[in-house]
Amino acid sequence: MHEAMVAESIIDSILSQVPNKHGRVIRVVISCGQINAINDEAMKFAFDIAAEETICKDAKLKIKHIPLKATCENCSKKFNYDLYDPCCPKCSKNDIKIGEDAPLLLEEIEFEEN
Amino acid sequence: MKIKLAQKILAKNDDYASANRKFFKRNNILCINMISSPGSGKTTILEQTAKALKKKIKIAVIEGDLYTERDAERIRKTGLQAIQIETKGACHLNADQITKAVHKLDTENLDVLVIENVGNLVCPSDFDLGEIARVVVLSTTEGDDKCVKYPGSFAKADVLLINKIDLAKHLDFSIAKAKRDARKLNKHLKIFEISAKTLAGLDKWFNWLIMFSGRRARRPK
Repeated sequence: MHEAMVAESIIDSILSQVPNKHGRVIRVVISCGQINAINDEAMKFAFDIAAEETICKDAKLKIKHIPLKATCENCSKKFNYDLYDPCCPKCSKNDIKIGEDAPLLLEEIEFEEN
Repeated sequence: MKIKLAQKILAKNDDYASANRKFFKRNNILCINMISSPGSGKTTILEQTAKALKKKIKIAVIEGDLYTERDAERIRKTGLQAIQIETKGACHLNADQITKAVHKLDTENLDVLVIENVGNLVCPSDFDLGEIARVVVLSTTEGDDKCVKYPGSFAKADVLLINKIDLAKHLDFSIAKAKRDARKLNKHLKIFEISAKTLAGLDKWFNWLIMFSGRRARRPK
């Protein structure tokens, strides 16, 4: 479960960013690409465990999934790539150029000071 | 108070990976990150590769497994250097583990370094180790639907080795279907059909390795 390692990295990043530790983090927003294979349930479970005994305990985790962009090399149509049906939605060809998958990003945290 | 960060979560891993890649490029080492399910035959492929190529190019192996030194021991028996990383339960290797393992290797005149990642088609694909090329192995005993079920590993690879082709006739595995599915995800994928047991098709894999190994870069002009 790579989500465990991702969760630990999120907590480490937050702890190094929060200006002072007198307060708590109540909301965390992350984003990820399709190929990052982040499962929401596993991610939230791992996050809750990693957040225990830190200022992130009980923080809500929001996960934004960024679609993978693709371009059809036959008809130049740009579209969101569907891993289950990897064909161009316009011409049905599968001569497709897949764009870069979005990286795993820590987008935003909401911090409540004491 | 809302704090906007837009910070890469795996930044620490990526920093190590980029330092590793610089080291490999500077030293003309073709570093390969080998990914597959458990039991696809990665170690056997490496044993055969070692036997066939050890007199032609200098190869070393970093092994990743949850527990035991077994794979490293198998590789050492072929005469190659091998370092074992025991992840103690983690499902993938991280770039900092590679940095540490590389320090334990004799990298002088090394042409190829193969990292045999933990057997898992999901998690390893997310972690850049600083490799120069990524090789995914799919064996016929696993079923021909793995490319569509685990797209990440195939979409990010440079080479696909379809192993155990000698068994395909006994199984419901369509090599053509697996290749078609893999190419849909990654049309630049180089595909070799091999059997590490019968040695069928391995010559093409060996040629690819020699072609892209550091040896070419070091060869006097």
